[in-house]
Amino acid sequence: MKVQIDPQRCHGHGRCYDLAPGLFSEDDEGYGQVAGDSAVPPDQEHVARLAVSNCPERAIDLVEEA
Amino acid sequence: MTLDDRFTRDFRETRGDQPLGTRNEIVTGPVTDWATDFSHLEPEWAADPYPIQDDLRQRCPVAHTDRFGGGWLPTRYEDVAAVAYDTERFSSRSIIMSNFRPPRELAPVGGTPPISSDPPFHHDARKLLLPVFTKNAVAKREEATRALCHSLIDAFDGQHSVDAARDYAQYIPMRVIADMLGFPPEDGPQFREFIENSLEGVNLPPEERMERMGQLFDYLLAQIRDHVDNPRDDLTTYLINAELYGRKLDPSHVAGTMALLLIAGIDTTWSAIGASLWHLAKTPADRERLVAEPELLPTAMEEFLRVYAPVTMARLVKEDMHWNGVDMKAEDWVLLSFPAANRDPAQFDRAGEVVIDREVNRHVAFGLGIHRCVGSHLARMELRVALEVWLERIPDFGLHDPAAVTWAAGQVRGPRTLPLRIGPA
Repeated sequence: MKVQIDPQRCHGHGRCYDLAPGLFSEDDEGYGQVAGDSAVPPDQEHVARLAVSNCPERAIDLVEEA
Repeated sequence: MTLDDRFTRDFRETRGDQPLGTRNEIVTGPVTDWATDFSHLEPEWAADPYPIQDDLRQRCPVAHTDRFGGGWLPTRYEDVAAVAYDTERFSSRSIIMSNFRPPRELAPVGGTPPISSDPPFHHDARKLLLPVFTKNAVAKREEATRALCHSLIDAFDGQHSVDAARDYAQYIPMRVIADMLGFPPEDGPQFREFIENSLEGVNLPPEERMERMGQLFDYLLAQIRDHVDNPRDDLTTYLINAELYGRKLDPSHVAGTMALLLIAGIDTTWSAIGASLWHLAKTPADRERLVAEPELLPTAMEEFLRVYAPVTMARLVKEDMHWNGVDMKAEDWVLLSFPAANRDPAQFDRAGEVVIDREVNRHVAFGLGIHRCVGSHLARMELRVALEVWLERIPDFGLHDPAAVTWAAGQVRGPRTLPLRIGPA
């Protein structure tokens, strides 16, 4: 499973890096960015889903790998 | 080095040739029907707007008023989001619904950029502020904020009854933003007057409003001049030196942004802290659970922001149009009620209840789209620290007299009088 942020939708609310600091971080202007290689370790799946479901802009997607 | 003489003259004096804007008749008094005559400035709304919004959402859902020269109030989440995202058809030229519309020529900058700005200027003006308000940047202020909260509680000094809005919630954002702007901390009480005029004095005669707004800009100009002479490591000096399109900012841009940061930085967070304490004071089960499980606070705090979202914005309709079932006219106001959106049952389960462990909470207390509150990370830090320190120091408290609680009317809503019993009953 991977996470991705749509930079066109992100407006820097920061819910993703609040809720899942291991998966997301903020850039110099507060926009969310995917930290690391975007792969979600099994123990981070719950917070990844929280980040998705709490983003006010619906800017985050979880991509299930085949 | 060239002398910075942008602020030697009062920038307002050079505006004499600009169009004046339009005024309408001021209508006050009890609302007859909220669907056709709403007013967010009447006492009934200030006391409890939620039943009114819930009723409108079911039967209307876009209310209208002839007051303020004409305006609309969408109450569904979906409609509020649509307006927030549609910067083509809704302008931010004025974001406080009043009896005065600034001239159209004021767009795309507006009087208090970037909140009053439209694209494409908005993006560039906002970009100047973003680095100062990131989560990392505001984290540097946490220690001082925590010390301030402790000192405010120290000053209660064994009293059993305090006004948590006046003696606690108010001072936290006031001191934090004064520090950031580099204003003297003892000027706080003046800020309160500026805020009351900007946000609550909406139905005063225009001359009186302009006179009082003039006092705010007099104050800001004095601070700017002092910072030009004595530059410091603060936001005022930062804005004086900031550049856009290869040149320094217009004096009106510097002062307008400072006005925005001062007004928007205080009232809003003051309201959020006050409303959260009000809820905990009247809901012992939630208070006891947060005292026992402090790690739940970040989640609970988001729920307080959802259910007691302090801020409502406004937009101006650009051109006549049919929009989601209503006929909007150019220059109509649209009240962008984030509080109403946050209680839409189509978006939130148990929308009207306060669920402090709500894990999925896509609330819009800080807005949506390009105008997302630039101070949201600062506000969240202040709210979290204010509640942490309060619950740690005063785990046992309650409402002294529910009827004595008063709420600000207008577009920023929160407790302005909040008498609490502190310590064991």
